[in-house]
Amino acid sequence: MSRITSLQTVEQPAKPFIQVNNVWQEYGDQVVLERLNLTVNEGDFCTLIGASGCGKSTFLRLLLGQERPSRGEILLDNAPIAGEPDASRGVVFQRYSVFPHLTVLDNVALGLELPKSPWLGRLLGGGKREAREQAEVILHKVGLGHSLGKYPAQLSGGMQQRLAIAQALITQPRILLLDEPFGALDPGTRKDMHELLLTLWQETRLTVFMVTHDLCEGFTLGTRILVFDKTRLDPQAPGAYGARVTYDIPLNTDRRAARAAIDELPASLGQLHIAHQGA
Amino acid sequence: MRLINRVPGRTGWSLLVILPFAILLFAYLTSSVQRLELNTNDKLLPSFTQMSSAVERLAFTPDKRSGEYLFWQDTAASLKRLGIGLGIAAVAGLCLGIAAGTLPLFSAPLSPLLTVLSMVPPLAILPILFIVFGLGELSKVMLIVIGVTPVLARDLEQRAREIPPELLIKAQTLGANTWTLILRVVLPQLLPRLLIALRLVLGSAWLFLIAAEAIASTDGLGYRIFLVRRYLAMDVILPYVAWITLLAWSMDFGLRKLTRLAFPWYAGAKA
Repeated sequence: MSRITSLQTVEQPAKPFIQVNNVWQEYGDQVVLERLNLTVNEGDFCTLIGASGCGKSTFLRLLLGQERPSRGEILLDNAPIAGEPDASRGVVFQRYSVFPHLTVLDNVALGLELPKSPWLGRLLGGGKREAREQAEVILHKVGLGHSLGKYPAQLSGGMQQRLAIAQALITQPRILLLDEPFGALDPGTRKDMHELLLTLWQETRLTVFMVTHDLCEGFTLGTRILVFDKTRLDPQAPGAYGARVTYDIPLNTDRRAARAAIDELPASLGQLHIAHQGA
Repeated sequence: MRLINRVPGRTGWSLLVILPFAILLFAYLTSSVQRLELNTNDKLLPSFTQMSSAVERLAFTPDKRSGEYLFWQDTAASLKRLGIGLGIAAVAGLCLGIAAGTLPLFSAPLSPLLTVLSMVPPLAILPILFIVFGLGELSKVMLIVIGVTPVLARDLEQRAREIPPELLIKAQTLGANTWTLILRVVLPQLLPRLLIALRLVLGSAWLFLIAAEAIASTDGLGYRIFLVRRYLAMDVILPYVAWITLLAWSMDFGLRKLTRLAFPWYAGAKA
């Protein structure tokens, strides 16, 4: 009993990171999302599931800034989220996530070069070497250490998605958006990718949103599953009503608690250290 | 076995490649011999000896009047015009294509304009070019530029639109601004397409060059062909045509090799 209460207390302190307030998304007559209200804490791993065309990907595009909501607002740390994609939100798509004209190493180093060089878009000399070294570290972590010089076309689908994840994480975004990232992979590779993603999630303070068609994937990976569905349907006008979040289920609480505990760790260790010095 | 499933072997393939050329050559030689038998002064289908002596006269003996080797002088003049024209057209086409294909604010005024401009027959405005730019080098280069740029720009605009939007968004999430996005993502992906587009417009570029040289020039491969036409000098015209074909073919070949060498990722990314 005491264990459960302690877990719950650990869950509590997270502050609202993303707030979705009464968001609607309409294209002409067609309502895709309606009255969407949601609060997401930092470090949540949200999986988004639902039938095709029910607005999961639309919601992801709103979070990404690729589209702006027709009504309502999305707040990130109490400030409206930027209306165009930027470095605070990383993204991995199902396809076309990596640049075909760059080698594996340069694909990742690009994320370090672009923010630092607004005119050339590339670093030279020492800066370039440093960026490549950093890129190499993360590529080794995702298991691409032996294919640094290859072009994406020479990699398998799973390898390409590993590269895409490494590329998205190199800029240290606060939010990672995944749009069916493993949809085109075979089951074995997919399982490896799940492990990789969970490891990376546990190591960083990332908030993840992942659209998936695979229910099992949604349930095993997420700490929170959001089911999108239409609550009202007019058979004469299928586009008249939009989808909402019909189920919002917390999952894998143990994993969430473990991660929250890890987050606490360095802080308490630091305090301990100071206390020692004081004494 | 169905025809669609029949693939020749390696030697068979080479033989089939040579076959049409051999047939053409044989047909020419036999007709030439027949005509020369009837009339030794026949000018229409000169023999290879007549052609080689014409080449010898133009390419390896200095001209009596100017002391120049006319063949090489013509070649240099033509290649210079073609090179400058294609170079300017490539840069202009690339800039216009990228602007129209990536930036919606530029696409709105540029795309329809380019479509209309590419429909203007360049040879029809050749007189205008002569009036505006004079009869010098500039008007010939401008004809190539005007004829080729809209085609290149429209092709590259289309290719720029074909870049998956996911990649453009991805670059933004990696911290790119519009300029660096174009510089690091759009431009490198379009360069191999530019080389391919150049190969395709090579034929029209030569057409414009020869047309301009035929009308107003004092040297150049096109000028020479149209000059000796008055004397029915097929022994000069035919080697010149063959030489132009060879030049055009080697440019095409060079561009193809360059695409493969400079952009090794390109062949794989297409698949």
